[in-house]
Amino acid sequence: MDTTGTDAAVRIRGLRKVYGRLTAVDGIDLDIARGETFALLGPNGAGKTTVVEILEGYRHRTAGDVSVLGVDPAHGGLDWKARLGIVLQSATESGVYTVREQLAHFARFYPSPRDIDEVIAAVGLEAKARTRISKLSGGQRRRLDVALGIVGRPELLFLDEPTTGFDPEARREFWSLVRTLKAEGTTILLTTHYLDEAAQLGDRAGIILSGRLVDVGPVGTLGGADARVPIVRWRGPDGARHEVRTERPAELVASVVADLGGEPDGLEVIRPSLEDIYLQLVREAGADARDDEEALA
Amino acid sequence: MSTGIAPASGRTPTRPGMVPIGATRIGYEVKGYFRSPDTVFFTFLFPIIMLGIFTAAFSAAGDIQVAPGRDGISVGAYYLPGMLAAGMLLSGVQNLAVDIATEKGDGTLKRLGGTPLSPVSYFLGKIGQVFVTASLQAALLLLVSATLFGIAMPSTAEAWLTFAWIFVLGVATSALLGIALSAIPRSGRSATAVVIPIVLVLQFISGVYLRFNILPEWMQNLASVFPLKWMAQGMRSVFLPDAFKVLEQNGEWELGWVAFFLVAWLVIGLIVSRLTFRWIRRDA
Repeated sequence: MDTTGTDAAVRIRGLRKVYGRLTAVDGIDLDIARGETFALLGPNGAGKTTVVEILEGYRHRTAGDVSVLGVDPAHGGLDWKARLGIVLQSATESGVYTVREQLAHFARFYPSPRDIDEVIAAVGLEAKARTRISKLSGGQRRRLDVALGIVGRPELLFLDEPTTGFDPEARREFWSLVRTLKAEGTTILLTTHYLDEAAQLGDRAGIILSGRLVDVGPVGTLGGADARVPIVRWRGPDGARHEVRTERPAELVASVVADLGGEPDGLEVIRPSLEDIYLQLVREAGADARDDEEALA
Repeated sequence: MSTGIAPASGRTPTRPGMVPIGATRIGYEVKGYFRSPDTVFFTFLFPIIMLGIFTAAFSAAGDIQVAPGRDGISVGAYYLPGMLAAGMLLSGVQNLAVDIATEKGDGTLKRLGGTPLSPVSYFLGKIGQVFVTASLQAALLLLVSATLFGIAMPSTAEAWLTFAWIFVLGVATSALLGIALSAIPRSGRSATAVVIPIVLVLQFISGVYLRFNILPEWMQNLASVFPLKWMAQGMRSVFLPDAFKVLEQNGEWELGWVAFFLVAWLVIGLIVSRLTFRWIRRDA
Protein backbone atom coordinates (compact mmCIF):
# COMPACT_ATOMS: atom_id res chain seq x y z
CA MET A 1 0.00 0.00 0.00
CA ASP A 2 1.33 3.45 -0.90
CA THR A 3 1.38 5.51 2.23
CA THR A 4 3.94 8.11 1.23
CA GLY A 5 1.52 10.25 -0.79
CA THR A 6 0.63 13.72 0.37
CA ASP A 7 -2.97 12.60 0.82
CA ALA A 8 -2.16 10.53 3.91
CA ALA A 9 -4.83 10.75 6.62
CA VAL A 10 -2.11 10.86 9.27
CA ARG A 11 1.49 11.93 8.76
CA ILE A 12 3.97 11.86 11.65
CA ARG A 13 7.65 12.88 11.45
CA GLY A 14 10.12 12.80 14.32
CA LEU A 15 7.41 12.96 16.99
CA ARG A 16 8.71 13.36 20.53
CA LYS A 17 6.91 13.92 23.82
CA VAL A 18 8.80 14.53 27.05
CA TYR A 19 7.17 14.78 30.47
CA GLY A 20 9.77 16.22 32.82
CA ARG A 21 12.52 13.60 32.79
CA LEU A 22 10.41 10.90 31.15
CA THR A 23 10.52 10.55 27.38
CA ALA A 24 7.14 9.03 26.56
CA VAL A 25 7.47 9.23 22.77
CA ASP A 26 10.97 9.08 21.36
CA GLY A 27 11.07 9.87 17.65
CA ILE A 28 8.20 8.30 15.72
CA ASP A 29 7.66 8.46 11.95
CA LEU A 30 4.45 7.06 10.53
CA ASP A 31 2.00 7.52 7.67
CA ILE A 32 -1.53 6.20 7.62
CA ALA A 33 -3.25 6.23 4.24
CA ARG A 34 -6.84 7.33 3.73
CA GLY A 35 -9.17 4.38 4.09
CA GLU A 36 -6.58 2.31 5.89
CA THR A 37 -7.15 0.55 9.21
CA PHE A 38 -3.97 0.83 11.25
CA ALA A 39 -3.48 -1.02 14.53
CA LEU A 40 -1.07 0.39 17.08
CA LEU A 41 0.15 -2.35 19.41
CA GLY A 42 2.18 -2.15 22.55
CA PRO A 43 2.21 -2.89 26.27
CA ASN A 44 0.73 -0.46 28.80
CA GLY A 45 2.96 2.56 29.25
CA ALA A 46 4.67 2.15 25.89
CA GLY A 47 3.35 5.47 24.63
CA LYS A 48 0.34 4.39 22.52
CA THR A 49 -2.17 6.65 24.21
CA THR A 50 0.24 9.61 24.24
CA VAL A 51 0.73 9.31 20.46
CA VAL A 52 -3.00 8.99 19.85
CA GLU A 53 -3.88 11.91 22.13
CA ILE A 54 -1.36 14.11 20.31
CA LEU A 55 -3.08 13.18 17.04
CA GLU A 56 -6.49 13.91 18.55
CA GLY A 57 -5.36 17.36 19.67
CA TYR A 58 -5.59 16.64 23.41
CA ARG A 59 -1.86 16.88 24.07
CA HIS A 60 0.89 19.11 22.78
CA ARG A 61 3.99 17.54 21.35
CA THR A 62 7.53 18.37 22.42
CA ALA A 63 8.99 18.08 18.91
CA GLY A 64 8.25 16.80 15.42
CA ASP A 65 5.72 17.41 12.67
CA VAL A 66 2.20 16.01 12.75
CA SER A 67 -0.59 16.35 10.23
CA VAL A 68 -4.04 14.81 10.72
CA LEU A 69 -6.40 15.17 7.73
CA GLY A 70 -4.04 17.87 6.52
CA VAL A 71 -4.23 19.90 9.75
CA ASP A 72 -1.78 20.31 12.63
CA PRO A 73 -3.78 18.91 15.58
CA ALA A 74 -2.24 21.49 17.94
CA HIS A 75 -4.23 24.09 15.99
CA GLY A 76 -7.22 22.01 14.90
CA GLY A 77 -10.43 24.03 14.92
CA LEU A 78 -14.02 22.92 15.22
CA ASP A 79 -14.38 22.18 11.50
CA TRP A 80 -11.42 19.83 11.81
CA LYS A 81 -12.90 18.16 14.89
CA ALA A 82 -16.15 17.63 12.97
CA ARG A 83 -14.24 15.26 10.65
CA LEU A 84 -12.90 13.11 13.50
CA GLY A 85 -14.50 10.45 15.63
CA ILE A 86 -12.82 9.83 18.96
CA VAL A 87 -13.50 6.82 21.17
CA LEU A 88 -11.52 7.40 24.35
CA GLN A 89 -10.26 4.72 26.67
CA SER A 90 -12.80 5.23 29.40
CA ALA A 91 -15.48 7.65 30.38
CA THR A 92 -17.64 7.37 33.47
CA GLU A 93 -20.27 10.04 33.07
CA SER A 94 -23.07 10.12 35.60
CA GLY A 95 -25.38 8.93 32.84
CA VAL A 96 -28.69 10.65 33.55
CA TYR A 97 -29.56 10.66 29.84
CA THR A 98 -30.88 7.75 27.83
CA VAL A 99 -28.82 6.17 25.06
CA ARG A 100 -31.04 7.75 22.41
CA GLU A 101 -31.06 11.20 24.04
CA GLN A 102 -27.27 11.22 24.31
CA LEU A 103 -26.75 10.17 20.70
CA ALA A 104 -29.36 12.60 19.37
CA HIS A 105 -27.69 15.39 21.35
CA PHE A 106 -24.18 14.64 20.11
CA ALA A 107 -25.46 14.31 16.54
CA ARG A 108 -26.50 17.98 16.73
CA PHE A 109 -22.85 19.09 16.88
CA TYR A 110 -22.01 17.70 13.42
CA PRO A 111 -22.75 19.02 9.94
CA SER A 112 -23.88 15.71 8.51
CA PRO A 113 -24.60 13.19 11.26
CA ARG A 114 -25.71 9.62 10.77
CA ASP A 115 -29.24 8.49 11.45
CA ILE A 116 -29.57 7.88 15.20
CA ASP A 117 -31.52 4.64 14.89
CA GLU A 118 -29.05 3.28 12.36
CA VAL A 119 -26.19 3.97 14.75
CA ILE A 120 -28.03 2.40 17.68
CA ALA A 121 -28.68 -0.69 15.55
CA ALA A 122 -25.07 -0.79 14.32
CA VAL A 123 -23.76 -1.09 17.88
CA GLY A 124 -26.53 -3.47 18.93
CA LEU A 125 -28.18 -1.25 21.55
CA GLU A 126 -31.74 -1.29 20.12
CA ALA A 127 -33.13 -2.87 23.28
CA LYS A 128 -31.41 -0.24 25.42
CA ALA A 129 -32.24 2.87 23.38
CA ARG A 130 -34.57 4.23 26.07
CA THR A 131 -32.44 3.13 29.00
CA ARG A 132 -30.45 5.65 31.02
CA ILE A 133 -26.69 5.37 30.53
CA SER A 134 -26.16 4.77 34.26
CA LYS A 135 -28.15 1.53 33.94
CA LEU A 136 -25.96 0.08 31.17
CA SER A 137 -23.41 -2.69 31.71
CA GLY A 138 -19.73 -1.97 31.09
CA GLY A 139 -19.83 -3.56 27.65
CA GLN A 140 -22.99 -1.67 26.71
CA ARG A 141 -21.40 1.62 27.80
CA ARG A 142 -18.42 0.83 25.61
CA ARG A 143 -20.74 0.27 22.65
CA LEU A 144 -22.34 3.63 23.36
CA ASP A 145 -18.83 5.18 23.39
CA VAL A 146 -18.29 3.74 19.92
CA ALA A 147 -21.73 4.95 18.80
CA LEU A 148 -20.89 8.49 20.00
CA GLY A 149 -17.60 8.24 18.10
CA ILE A 150 -19.24 7.40 14.78
CA VAL A 151 -22.46 9.43 14.95
CA GLY A 152 -20.75 12.42 13.32
CA ARG A 153 -19.82 10.34 10.23
CA PRO A 154 -16.06 10.76 10.77
CA GLU A 155 -13.46 10.54 8.03
CA LEU A 156 -10.93 9.40 10.62
CA LEU A 157 -11.95 7.29 13.59
CA PHE A 158 -9.73 6.82 16.66
CA LEU A 159 -10.50 3.70 18.67
CA ASP A 160 -8.47 3.51 21.89
CA GLU A 161 -8.70 -0.04 23.25
CA PRO A 162 -12.32 -0.28 22.15
CA THR A 163 -13.11 -3.84 23.17
CA THR A 164 -11.57 -3.97 26.64
CA GLY A 165 -14.13 -5.73 28.81
CA PHE A 166 -16.11 -7.22 25.92
CA ASP A 167 -17.12 -10.87 25.93
CA PRO A 168 -15.98 -12.88 22.89
CA GLU A 169 -19.31 -12.57 21.11
CA ALA A 170 -19.50 -8.81 21.64
CA ARG A 171 -15.95 -8.52 20.34
CA ARG A 172 -16.84 -10.37 17.13
CA GLU A 173 -19.88 -8.13 16.63
CA PHE A 174 -17.70 -5.10 17.18
CA TRP A 175 -15.18 -6.34 14.63
CA SER A 176 -17.90 -6.66 12.03
CA LEU A 177 -19.01 -3.08 12.78
CA VAL A 178 -15.44 -1.86 12.25
CA ARG A 179 -15.29 -3.75 8.94
CA THR A 180 -18.50 -2.03 7.84
CA LEU A 181 -17.03 1.38 8.67
CA LYS A 182 -13.87 0.47 6.81
CA ALA A 183 -15.85 -0.67 3.78
CA GLU A 184 -17.45 2.78 3.75
CA GLY A 185 -14.04 4.39 3.45
CA THR A 186 -13.43 5.46 7.06
CA THR A 187 -9.77 5.65 8.05
CA ILE A 188 -9.34 3.93 11.41
CA LEU A 189 -6.54 4.16 13.95
CA LEU A 190 -6.98 1.41 16.49
CA THR A 191 -4.91 0.93 19.61
CA THR A 192 -5.21 -2.40 21.31
CA HIS A 193 -3.30 -4.95 23.27
CA TYR A 194 -5.31 -7.78 21.79
CA LEU A 195 -3.18 -9.14 18.99
CA ASP A 196 -6.02 -11.12 17.48
CA GLU A 197 -7.92 -7.86 17.17
CA ALA A 198 -5.03 -6.25 15.30
CA ALA A 199 -4.77 -9.33 13.07
CA GLN A 200 -8.52 -9.34 12.38
CA LEU A 201 -8.91 -5.64 11.61
CA GLY A 202 -5.60 -4.04 10.74
CA ASP A 203 -4.38 -3.57 7.18
CA ARG A 204 -1.12 -2.72 8.85
CA ALA A 205 0.09 -2.67 12.40
CA GLY A 206 2.85 -0.93 14.28
CA ILE A 207 4.44 -2.06 17.50
CA ILE A 208 5.39 0.68 19.92
CA LEU A 209 7.80 -0.08 22.75
CA SER A 210 9.32 2.48 25.15
CA GLY A 211 8.11 5.32 22.94
CA ARG A 212 9.64 3.97 19.74
CA LEU A 213 7.96 2.31 16.80
CA VAL A 214 10.01 -0.89 16.59
CA ASP A 215 8.20 -2.42 13.64
CA VAL A 216 5.56 -1.39 11.11
CA GLY A 217 4.01 -3.39 8.33
CA PRO A 218 1.18 -5.59 7.20
CA VAL A 219 0.16 -7.74 10.14
CA GLY A 220 1.45 -10.87 8.33
CA THR A 221 5.00 -9.49 8.06
CA LEU A 222 5.61 -8.05 11.55
CA GLY A 223 8.89 -9.16 13.08
CA GLY A 224 10.32 -10.04 9.66
CA ALA A 225 10.37 -13.30 7.74
CA ASP A 226 12.85 -14.94 10.13
CA ALA A 227 10.48 -14.56 13.05
CA ARG A 228 7.89 -16.65 11.16
CA VAL A 229 10.12 -19.65 10.46
CA PRO A 230 8.49 -22.68 12.09
CA ILE A 231 10.10 -24.12 15.20
CA VAL A 232 10.49 -27.87 15.82
CA ARG A 233 11.07 -28.99 19.41
CA TRP A 234 11.63 -32.44 20.85
CA ARG A 235 13.48 -34.25 23.65
CA GLY A 236 16.30 -36.62 22.88
CA PRO A 237 16.65 -40.08 24.50
CA ASP A 238 19.02 -38.49 27.07
CA GLY A 239 16.33 -35.96 28.02
CA ALA A 240 18.15 -33.03 26.31
CA ARG A 241 15.81 -30.50 24.69
CA HIS A 242 16.27 -29.69 21.03
CA GLU A 243 14.85 -26.67 19.23
CA VAL A 244 15.44 -26.06 15.53
CA ARG A 245 14.01 -23.37 13.25
CA THR A 246 13.37 -24.65 9.76
CA GLU A 247 11.34 -23.83 6.67
CA ARG A 248 10.85 -27.60 6.13
CA PRO A 249 9.57 -28.91 9.47
CA ALA A 250 8.05 -32.14 8.10
CA GLU A 251 11.38 -33.11 6.55
CA LEU A 252 13.17 -32.42 9.84
CA VAL A 253 10.64 -34.44 11.84
CA ALA A 254 11.04 -37.37 9.40
CA SER A 255 14.81 -37.30 9.80
CA VAL A 256 14.54 -37.11 13.60
CA VAL A 257 12.21 -40.13 13.56
CA ALA A 258 14.64 -41.99 11.31
CA ASP A 259 17.61 -41.15 13.57
CA LEU A 260 15.82 -42.18 16.75
CA GLY A 261 14.25 -45.21 15.13
CA GLY A 262 10.91 -44.22 16.65
CA GLU A 263 8.63 -41.51 18.02
CA PRO A 264 10.53 -38.58 19.69
CA ASP A 265 9.38 -37.41 23.11
CA GLY A 266 7.62 -34.06 23.47
CA LEU A 267 7.51 -33.31 19.75
CA GLU A 268 6.11 -29.92 18.80
CA VAL A 269 5.95 -28.08 15.50
CA ILE A 270 5.18 -24.42 16.07
CA ARG A 271 4.35 -21.69 13.55
CA PRO A 272 4.99 -18.52 15.57
CA SER A 273 1.73 -16.61 15.97
CA LEU A 274 1.54 -12.83 15.95
CA GLU A 275 1.46 -13.10 19.72
CA ASP A 276 4.71 -15.12 19.83
CA ILE A 277 6.39 -12.62 17.52
CA TYR A 278 5.09 -9.68 19.52
CA LEU A 279 6.24 -11.15 22.82
CA GLN A 280 9.65 -11.86 21.30
CA LEU A 281 9.92 -8.20 20.22
CA VAL A 282 8.86 -7.00 23.67
CA ARG A 283 11.47 -9.27 25.29
CA GLU A 284 14.20 -8.04 22.96
CA ALA A 285 13.25 -4.41 23.57
CA GLY A 286 13.32 -5.06 27.32
CA ALA A 287 16.81 -6.54 26.97
CA ASP A 288 17.93 -3.56 24.86
CA ALA A 289 16.56 -1.13 27.42
CA ARG A 290 18.49 -2.92 30.18
CA ASP A 291 21.64 -2.82 28.05
CA ASP A 292 21.15 0.91 27.53
CA GLU A 293 20.76 1.46 31.27
CA GLU A 294 23.88 -0.57 32.00
CA ALA A 295 25.81 1.34 29.35
CA LEU A 296 24.71 4.60 30.98
CA ALA A 297 25.54 3.42 34.50
CA MET B 1 -18.08 4.22 -1.79
CA SER B 2 -21.54 3.17 -0.71
CA THR B 3 -24.45 5.48 -0.07
CA GLY B 4 -26.21 4.80 3.22
CA ILE B 5 -23.80 5.86 5.95
CA ALA B 6 -20.79 6.95 3.90
CA PRO B 7 -18.22 9.40 5.31
CA ALA B 8 -18.59 13.05 4.54
CA SER B 9 -15.38 13.43 2.53
CA GLY B 10 -15.84 15.66 -0.48
CA ARG B 11 -18.97 17.32 0.89
CA THR B 12 -18.83 20.26 3.24
CA PRO B 13 -22.27 20.87 4.74
CA THR B 14 -22.18 23.69 7.24
CA ARG B 15 -21.76 22.96 10.89
CA PRO B 16 -24.65 24.18 13.10
CA GLY B 17 -23.95 27.58 14.68
CA MET B 18 -22.75 28.17 18.24
CA VAL B 19 -25.98 29.81 19.37
CA PRO B 20 -28.46 27.17 18.10
CA ILE B 21 -26.30 24.46 19.68
CA GLY B 22 -26.08 26.53 22.86
CA ALA B 23 -29.89 26.67 22.92
CA THR B 24 -30.05 22.89 22.47
CA ARG B 25 -27.62 22.52 25.33
CA ILE B 26 -29.82 24.58 27.67
CA GLY B 27 -32.61 22.03 27.27
CA TYR B 28 -30.15 19.17 27.68
CA GLU B 29 -28.60 20.72 30.81
CA VAL B 30 -31.96 21.51 32.42
CA LYS B 31 -33.07 17.93 31.85
CA GLY B 32 -29.86 16.64 33.42
CA TYR B 33 -30.29 19.01 36.40
CA PHE B 34 -33.75 17.75 37.26
CA ARG B 35 -32.68 14.13 36.84
CA SER B 36 -29.99 14.49 39.52
CA PRO B 37 -31.61 14.03 42.94
CA ASP B 38 -28.65 15.60 44.82
CA THR B 39 -28.92 18.80 42.81
CA VAL B 40 -32.68 18.99 43.11
CA PHE B 41 -32.50 18.69 46.88
CA PHE B 42 -29.34 20.62 47.82
CA THR B 43 -29.61 23.36 45.23
CA PHE B 44 -33.17 23.66 43.96
CA LEU B 45 -35.32 22.94 47.01
CA PHE B 46 -32.82 23.95 49.71
CA PRO B 47 -33.83 27.64 50.13
CA ILE B 48 -37.51 26.67 50.26
CA ILE B 49 -36.87 24.00 52.86
CA MET B 50 -34.70 26.39 54.91
CA LEU B 51 -37.38 29.09 54.82
CA GLY B 52 -39.91 26.50 56.00
CA ILE B 53 -37.63 25.47 58.88
CA PHE B 54 -36.93 29.08 59.92
CA THR B 55 -40.63 29.93 59.84
CA ALA B 56 -41.54 26.88 61.90
CA ALA B 57 -38.67 27.24 64.36
CA PHE B 58 -38.73 30.96 65.13
CA SER B 59 -42.28 32.14 64.54
CA ALA B 60 -43.13 31.53 68.23
CA ALA B 61 -40.52 34.19 69.11
CA GLY B 62 -42.78 36.78 67.51
CA ASP B 63 -42.36 39.30 64.75
CA ILE B 64 -39.10 40.99 63.88
CA GLN B 65 -39.22 44.71 64.56
CA VAL B 66 -37.03 47.60 63.56
CA ALA B 67 -37.17 48.88 67.14
CA PRO B 68 -39.07 47.66 70.22
CA GLY B 69 -42.71 48.60 70.17
CA ARG B 70 -42.90 49.31 66.43
CA ASP B 71 -44.79 47.25 63.88
CA GLY B 72 -42.81 44.20 62.80
CA ILE B 73 -42.88 41.56 60.11
CA SER B 74 -43.01 37.80 60.45
CA VAL B 75 -39.81 35.74 60.66
CA GLY B 76 -40.64 34.22 57.28
CA ALA B 77 -41.06 37.65 55.69
CA TYR B 78 -37.74 38.78 57.17
CA TYR B 79 -35.79 35.76 55.90
CA LEU B 80 -37.39 35.52 52.42
CA PRO B 81 -34.97 38.03 50.79
CA GLY B 82 -31.97 36.12 52.20
CA MET B 83 -33.34 32.82 50.88
CA LEU B 84 -33.85 34.36 47.42
CA ALA B 85 -30.23 35.50 47.50
CA ALA B 86 -29.10 32.05 48.71
CA GLY B 87 -31.04 30.45 45.86
CA MET B 88 -29.24 32.65 43.34
CA LEU B 89 -25.87 31.74 44.87
CA LEU B 90 -26.63 28.00 45.04
CA SER B 91 -28.06 27.84 41.51
CA GLY B 92 -25.00 29.56 40.12
CA VAL B 93 -21.92 29.01 42.26
CA GLN B 94 -22.63 25.71 44.01
CA ASN B 95 -24.43 24.09 41.08
CA LEU B 96 -21.95 25.00 38.34
CA ALA B 97 -18.75 24.69 40.35
CA VAL B 98 -19.64 21.13 41.42
CA ASP B 99 -21.19 20.24 38.06
CA ILE B 100 -18.28 21.37 35.89
CA ALA B 101 -15.62 19.98 38.24
CA THR B 102 -17.45 16.64 38.18
CA GLU B 103 -17.68 16.73 34.39
CA LYS B 104 -13.95 17.42 34.25
CA GLY B 105 -13.29 14.46 36.56
CA ASP B 106 -15.53 11.87 34.92
CA GLY B 107 -14.43 12.38 31.32
CA THR B 108 -17.49 14.30 30.11
CA LEU B 109 -15.44 17.37 29.21
CA LYS B 110 -12.73 15.33 27.55
CA ARG B 111 -15.34 13.67 25.36
CA LEU B 112 -16.96 17.01 24.50
CA GLY B 113 -13.51 18.45 23.75
CA GLY B 114 -13.12 15.82 21.04
CA THR B 115 -16.30 16.93 19.30
CA PRO B 116 -16.96 20.11 17.30
CA LEU B 117 -18.89 21.56 20.26
CA SER B 118 -17.72 25.13 20.86
CA PRO B 119 -16.89 26.08 24.46
CA VAL B 120 -19.17 29.07 23.85
CA SER B 121 -22.13 26.72 23.25
CA TYR B 122 -21.15 24.69 26.29
CA PHE B 123 -21.21 27.80 28.52
CA LEU B 124 -24.43 29.11 26.95
CA GLY B 125 -25.92 25.77 27.99
CA LYS B 126 -24.60 26.03 31.55
CA ILE B 127 -25.55 29.67 32.07
CA GLY B 128 -28.94 29.11 30.44
CA GLN B 129 -29.52 26.16 32.74
CA VAL B 130 -28.71 28.37 35.75
CA PHE B 131 -31.18 31.03 34.56
CA VAL B 132 -33.96 28.52 33.93
CA THR B 133 -33.53 26.67 37.23
CA ALA B 134 -32.91 29.81 39.33
CA SER B 135 -36.05 31.43 37.86
CA LEU B 136 -38.17 28.36 38.60
CA GLN B 137 -36.67 28.23 42.08
CA ALA B 138 -37.42 31.91 42.79
CA ALA B 139 -40.95 31.56 41.38
CA LEU B 140 -41.58 28.52 43.57
CA LEU B 141 -40.09 30.24 46.62
CA LEU B 142 -42.31 33.31 46.11
CA LEU B 143 -45.37 31.15 45.47
CA VAL B 144 -44.83 29.10 48.62
CA SER B 145 -44.11 32.27 50.64
CA ALA B 146 -47.28 34.00 49.46
CA THR B 147 -49.60 31.04 49.80
CA LEU B 148 -48.28 28.74 52.56
CA PHE B 149 -46.47 31.28 54.74
CA GLY B 150 -48.79 34.23 54.08
CA ILE B 151 -45.92 36.62 53.35
CA ALA B 152 -47.00 39.89 51.70
CA MET B 153 -45.51 40.53 48.24
CA PRO B 154 -44.39 43.96 46.99
CA SER B 155 -47.17 45.76 45.19
CA THR B 156 -45.32 48.41 43.18
CA ALA B 157 -43.92 47.97 39.70
CA GLU B 158 -40.80 49.79 40.86
CA ALA B 159 -40.10 47.11 43.49
CA TRP B 160 -40.50 44.32 40.94
CA LEU B 161 -38.23 46.14 38.52
CA THR B 162 -35.57 46.34 41.24
CA PHE B 163 -36.14 42.62 41.92
CA ALA B 164 -35.68 41.86 38.20
CA TRP B 165 -32.34 43.61 37.74
CA ILE B 166 -30.88 42.31 41.00
CA PHE B 167 -32.03 38.81 40.13
CA VAL B 168 -30.67 38.84 36.57
CA LEU B 169 -27.37 40.45 37.54
CA GLY B 170 -26.99 38.27 40.64
CA VAL B 171 -27.69 35.03 38.76
CA ALA B 172 -25.30 35.97 35.94
CA THR B 173 -22.58 36.80 38.47
CA SER B 174 -23.19 33.57 40.39
CA ALA B 175 -23.07 31.50 37.21
CA LEU B 176 -19.73 32.99 36.13
CA LEU B 177 -18.27 32.62 39.62
CA GLY B 178 -19.39 28.98 39.58
CA ILE B 179 -17.53 28.42 36.32
CA ALA B 180 -14.46 30.17 37.74
CA LEU B 181 -14.58 28.16 40.99
CA SER B 182 -14.86 24.86 39.09
CA ALA B 183 -11.14 25.19 38.25
CA ILE B 184 -10.10 24.70 41.89
CA PRO B 185 -11.13 21.13 42.86
CA ARG B 186 -8.38 18.67 41.90
CA SER B 187 -10.88 15.90 41.17
CA GLY B 188 -14.57 15.43 40.63
CA ARG B 189 -14.89 13.64 43.93
CA SER B 190 -13.41 16.53 45.91
CA ALA B 191 -15.68 19.06 44.20
CA THR B 192 -18.41 19.15 46.85
CA ALA B 193 -15.82 19.16 49.64
CA VAL B 194 -14.19 22.27 48.17
CA VAL B 195 -17.27 24.16 47.04
CA ILE B 196 -19.87 23.59 49.77
CA PRO B 197 -17.85 25.04 52.68
CA ILE B 198 -17.18 28.23 50.70
CA VAL B 199 -20.84 28.63 49.85
CA LEU B 200 -21.95 27.76 53.37
CA VAL B 201 -19.60 30.21 55.12
CA LEU B 202 -20.68 32.97 52.74
CA GLN B 203 -24.32 32.30 53.59
CA PHE B 204 -23.62 32.55 57.32
CA ILE B 205 -21.67 35.80 57.16
CA SER B 206 -23.82 37.48 54.50
CA GLY B 207 -27.14 37.65 56.32
CA VAL B 208 -28.87 34.62 54.84
CA TYR B 209 -29.29 32.48 57.97
CA LEU B 210 -28.23 35.02 60.60
CA ARG B 211 -29.66 38.54 60.75
CA PHE B 212 -26.99 40.73 59.18
CA ASN B 213 -27.49 43.59 61.66
CA ILE B 214 -26.61 41.43 64.67
CA LEU B 215 -23.27 40.28 63.20
CA PRO B 216 -20.05 41.92 64.50
CA GLU B 217 -18.80 44.78 62.38
CA TRP B 218 -15.64 43.00 61.21
CA MET B 219 -17.79 40.17 59.86
CA GLN B 220 -20.09 42.63 58.13
CA ASN B 221 -17.06 44.28 56.55
CA LEU B 222 -15.67 40.94 55.45
CA ALA B 223 -19.01 39.89 53.95
CA SER B 224 -19.22 43.22 52.12
CA VAL B 225 -16.30 42.18 49.93
CA PHE B 226 -18.32 39.26 48.53
CA PRO B 227 -21.37 39.40 46.28
CA LEU B 228 -23.85 37.45 48.43
CA LYS B 229 -24.18 40.21 51.03
CA TRP B 230 -25.15 42.63 48.25
CA MET B 231 -27.65 40.25 46.69
CA ALA B 232 -29.30 39.75 50.10
CA GLN B 233 -29.30 43.49 50.82
CA GLY B 234 -30.77 44.24 47.40
CA MET B 235 -33.52 41.67 47.94
CA ARG B 236 -34.28 43.10 51.39
CA SER B 237 -34.80 46.47 49.72
CA VAL B 238 -37.48 44.84 47.56
CA PHE B 239 -39.29 42.71 50.15
CA LEU B 240 -38.89 44.50 53.51
CA PRO B 241 -40.72 47.67 54.52
CA ASP B 242 -38.67 50.78 53.77
CA ALA B 243 -38.29 51.46 57.50
CA PHE B 244 -36.05 48.39 57.77
CA LYS B 245 -33.24 50.14 55.94
CA VAL B 246 -32.12 51.58 59.28
CA LEU B 247 -30.92 48.04 60.15
CA GLU B 248 -28.48 48.01 57.24
CA GLN B 249 -24.85 48.73 57.97
CA ASN B 250 -25.04 52.29 56.64
CA GLY B 251 -28.77 52.81 57.25
CA GLU B 252 -29.49 52.79 53.50
CA TRP B 253 -30.32 50.16 50.88
CA GLU B 254 -27.34 51.30 48.79
CA LEU B 255 -28.59 49.87 45.49
CA GLY B 256 -25.76 51.63 43.67
CA TRP B 257 -23.23 49.61 45.64
CA VAL B 258 -25.29 46.46 45.04
CA ALA B 259 -24.94 47.03 41.29
CA PHE B 260 -21.27 47.93 41.62
CA PHE B 261 -20.26 44.82 43.58
CA LEU B 262 -22.30 42.46 41.42
CA VAL B 263 -20.85 43.86 38.20
CA ALA B 264 -17.32 43.79 39.67
CA TRP B 265 -17.69 40.10 40.61
CA LEU B 266 -19.26 39.38 37.22
CA VAL B 267 -16.16 40.77 35.51
CA ILE B 268 -13.85 38.85 37.85
CA GLY B 269 -15.80 35.65 37.18
CA LEU B 270 -15.66 36.23 33.44
CA ILE B 271 -11.90 36.85 33.42
CA VAL B 272 -11.05 33.90 35.67
CA SER B 273 -13.34 31.59 33.67
CA ARG B 274 -11.77 32.71 30.42
CA LEU B 275 -8.24 32.17 31.76
CA THR B 276 -8.73 28.86 33.55
CA PHE B 277 -11.21 26.83 31.52
CA ARG B 278 -9.79 23.84 29.66
CA TRP B 279 -11.61 20.82 28.27
CA ILE B 280 -8.88 18.72 29.93
CA ARG B 281 -6.07 19.42 32.36
CA ARG B 282 -3.04 20.63 30.43
CA ASP B 283 -0.10 18.29 30.52
CA ALA B 284 3.52 19.27 31.09
